[in-house]
Amino acid sequence: MSRIGVFVCHCGTNIGGVVNVPEVVEAARHMPLVAYADENKYTCSEVGQASIRDAIREQRLDRVVIASCSPRMHENTFRRTVAAAGLNPYLLEISNIREHCSWVHSDSKDATAKAIDLVSMAVAKVARHESLFPKQVGLTKRALIIGGGITGIQAALDIASAGHEVVLVEKEPSIGGRMSQLDKTFPTLDCSACILTPKMVDVAQHPNITLLTYSEVKEVRGFVGNFEVDILKKAKMVDYVKCTGCGTCWQACPERIPSEFDMGLGSRPAIYIPFAQAVPNKPVIDIANCRYEKYLKWKETEEGPEPPQCRICEGVCPTEAIDRSQKDEIITEKFGAVVVTTGFKTFDHSVYGEYGGGRYPDVISSLELERLMSAAGPTGGEVLRPSDGSHPKNVVFIQCVGSRDDKVGRPYCSKVCCMYTAKHAIMLREHDSEVQCYVFYIDVRAGGKDFEEFARRAQDETGALYLRGRVSQIYQEGKNLKVMGEDSLIGRPVEIEADLVVLATGMEPSDNADLIAQKLNISYNTYNFLIEAHPKLRPVETQTDGIFVAGTCVGPRDIPDCVAHGGAAAAKVVALLSQDSLTTDPLTSIIDPMKCVGCFACKEVCPFNAIEEQITRDKRTIASINESLCKGCGLCIVACRPGAINLRGFTSQQLLSEVLTLVRG
Amino acid sequence: MSADNGPLIIGFLCNWCSYAGADMAGTSRIAYPANIRIIRVPCSGRVDPLLIVKCFEEGADAVLVAGCHPGDCHYNEGNYYSRRRFALLRALLDFMGIEKERFQVKWVSASEGKRFAKIITEFTEDMTKLGARKAS
Amino acid sequence: MAPAESGSGQPVTERIYSYYPGCSLHATAREYDVSTRLVCQKLGVELRELEDWVCCGASAAHSTDHLLSLALPAHTLKQAEEKGLPLAVPCAMCYSRLRFALHELQNKDTLDLVSRTIGKELSTAVTVKHMLQVLADEDIPLPIVKPLSGLKVACYYGCLLVRPPEVVGFDDAEDPQTMDHLMERLGAEAIDWGLKTNCCGAGVAFARLDVVLKLSHRILSLAQKSGADCVAVACPMCHANLDMYQKDMTVKLGWKTELPVLYFTQLMGLSLGFSPKELLLDKHITNPLPMLREKKLA
Repeated sequence: MSRIGVFVCHCGTNIGGVVNVPEVVEAARHMPLVAYADENKYTCSEVGQASIRDAIREQRLDRVVIASCSPRMHENTFRRTVAAAGLNPYLLEISNIREHCSWVHSDSKDATAKAIDLVSMAVAKVARHESLFPKQVGLTKRALIIGGGITGIQAALDIASAGHEVVLVEKEPSIGGRMSQLDKTFPTLDCSACILTPKMVDVAQHPNITLLTYSEVKEVRGFVGNFEVDILKKAKMVDYVKCTGCGTCWQACPERIPSEFDMGLGSRPAIYIPFAQAVPNKPVIDIANCRYEKYLKWKETEEGPEPPQCRICEGVCPTEAIDRSQKDEIITEKFGAVVVTTGFKTFDHSVYGEYGGGRYPDVISSLELERLMSAAGPTGGEVLRPSDGSHPKNVVFIQCVGSRDDKVGRPYCSKVCCMYTAKHAIMLREHDSEVQCYVFYIDVRAGGKDFEEFARRAQDETGALYLRGRVSQIYQEGKNLKVMGEDSLIGRPVEIEADLVVLATGMEPSDNADLIAQKLNISYNTYNFLIEAHPKLRPVETQTDGIFVAGTCVGPRDIPDCVAHGGAAAAKVVALLSQDSLTTDPLTSIIDPMKCVGCFACKEVCPFNAIEEQITRDKRTIASINESLCKGCGLCIVACRPGAINLRGFTSQQLLSEVLTLVRG
Repeated sequence: MSADNGPLIIGFLCNWCSYAGADMAGTSRIAYPANIRIIRVPCSGRVDPLLIVKCFEEGADAVLVAGCHPGDCHYNEGNYYSRRRFALLRALLDFMGIEKERFQVKWVSASEGKRFAKIITEFTEDMTKLGARKAS
Repeated sequence: MAPAESGSGQPVTERIYSYYPGCSLHATAREYDVSTRLVCQKLGVELRELEDWVCCGASAAHSTDHLLSLALPAHTLKQAEEKGLPLAVPCAMCYSRLRFALHELQNKDTLDLVSRTIGKELSTAVTVKHMLQVLADEDIPLPIVKPLSGLKVACYYGCLLVRPPEVVGFDDAEDPQTMDHLMERLGAEAIDWGLKTNCCGAGVAFARLDVVLKLSHRILSLAQKSGADCVAVACPMCHANLDMYQKDMTVKLGWKTELPVLYFTQLMGLSLGFSPKELLLDKHITNPLPMLREKKLA
């Protein structure tokens, strides 16, 4: 006969303040097979855990139910507690009477009755638990990092220095991400490229890091320690072994395309490196815009006008490095851990019709201003109006464009814009002492180290006028823009004639962040930000073991936080890869060979190809489970007609017992 | 049954999305009626339609199965299977004389705490109006 | 006769609308009424004026009593519903009040209350369109005899015509294009300018003329700086404010010139072959005739 112990937690007043814990304990004492029931103030504390271990020994308990917070919080903790008392860690069931009960119901009677029901369900289930024994599997000591911005770069360097192999995959021709587009960084006004490029070079030169630029992750299979990833290497049309990065080809190319790196304010050729300090410092050919490639495509159908057979780059290349025979290639690599650092893009402000809807060339985004201020940018570092190239004297900044705004579906704050606008106000004054800046703000958020002092400097020392209010309309009058806004602190409308307007556009995840998340089976929220395992305590892990997330793909943050994040993810990866073997999850499917008829309906539905054929001694062909591949989803159990498969941890008998206890109890 | 003898709703929630979404409703302290009893499963695809029938047979007033949004299943395809299985089941329930409204399949992601609470609130209200299930 | 929805591709002779002129069109904005009727006649659009329409309430109603602001348009909506035809409305303010009423009557409790108030069972099965929507329909062929070549028009929609978007349901609230496209079809050039939907001062002319002068002057000034020869409007109030006070603007605000303000239906009428006299173009305070003669359009 089983002897089940039930431990009900108060969790301070989180549970005890709503649920009548003593009543639940008393009810538990009368539940079938319960030999002992008790309560704890904080079960997860050392005291609480000790009391459980003691009770298991003293009361000779062989199964445990803990009624507390969500199993997603502390199931692993309590498994260790139970194991320390000599019991198999899987002879435990957690009943969620906090997140699913005391925190969402205010009526004490209802909450207590529900808690008693939930405990009785857990008691019925755990009575049918069996001891389970995880297996050891090997792991691949290599890490994959998806996204080569500052976060990915930092993670790569940290994992590589710990002695593990890293593959860094980046979809653009160069690593560097958004930080490479910035001129200076707040609050130190360090030159962004100066602090970033040494790290980029380190990545390229580190013996443990393989850099795959112009590449994308296509498919991910496997599980922690044993991932198999298909990576698409897009054809660069340049042989990087022969290419020396001399630059003759891109200087000679006659084609001009709006430069993505310069936000469309400048242009680039068809064979190009995105910026001067690109790593690798070797070009790729943009096939869609290359004249000769267009000619080759034209030759297939001969429809329309004939494009020129250019090939100038091939003519001038001193090492014959152009290789038009290259094709896109898919390689498959094995990894033990994956870190997602896909970064952000800025909000498209053209949805704001009141700010010109993208029609006015002198209404620009803050990232466009960064490109103008950059010495390596389209105007050589001079801030010039896009419309006529003159120097602006009256610059209006509008904060919270695409942030804190429900109407455009972005209610969140993008965290960095108050700071970078303060930086812009300071920098513009440095460029031109006659410039007058106006900043329309809702709040000034300057929460980091030295941030408040920096923001005050912009307000007090540059003559920038900070106006608390929104802008209702911008319209073009002659050469300049009329900005109609409000100063709510004096309660008056204000009208400013500006020659340049800069919109502080919000941060959102990069394109296709949701597709990457789906490939990895990790969660993402409404705005496509990836979801971490716990927002407070587990900022770089996901619910899926072995897959980590870091940087702005998780939420808006600035460079110091991204570097910290990347390092944190690296530490988790190194901890994972420093083990010699991994313990598998024993909650897998199991087939009863006596009942299996070999119909393989289970094989049809298994998403992980974990079902194999087996021939029994009496020559029947039946199904068998590959426990390394099985992820414990349970699809096969429902598909099996003779009822030959069951899922450990969630057996059909356990689920049925929960239902029956509920309806009959 | 709950203290006020309202409808008994059994909810099967998948561990990765909907159970986490229900947890999120808890951490956000969003209140909803106490009639639902949640059973955790690894995937909505684990829930056997026969188990749902058993729930009704034994006297439950309503059953909810919640899983990840199509495309987001932690196990890639589990929710596609559950979607199809439960579409068939609904037709059968109808035939068995159980009102279709008593069985709901919803997709709730891990960040949708508010939505989860809204779903439970509306479901409980509808089932209260519909009344207890008559034994058949 | 079957009611015809514009855009249905049916022959033009089947376009029949109930017509709600509103208080201004029989009085101070007679030019708008006359030019509208002439253009509709030429294009085969039949207008049947409602017999017992009442004032839409304009600003007076909605700033004093909410129920009154719904009941007045509801009376007109009921008649339109009874006629079973879509309702065409030339004045932007009337259009706005009728659409607001229709929007609020979607709520069952409001519908019941207003029905009881006017003593008639209301429904929301009525289509209400502004005259611009009706006439700018690309499915109606325009038999143009005098293209308005060389005429630069600043299309002024006013503050009510295209917002709030969820109530009026047509065009873009920040940079509308319906009138612009119509002018282009007439052979004129619709200039690009940024004050298409800004307020002209509305009904405060009597209480605060300075406000009207300032706001209307800003509009005229930008239109002119952007190269316009005239401003086209779709509302009697807009017309009054922009047209009537240009001399005051000269005296008080240093407005050095003048800019004629015409109803879009008058411009349509000119291109369709009607004379300036027929279109009552000589009734405006700011005389458009010298400009039109210079452009060889009159």
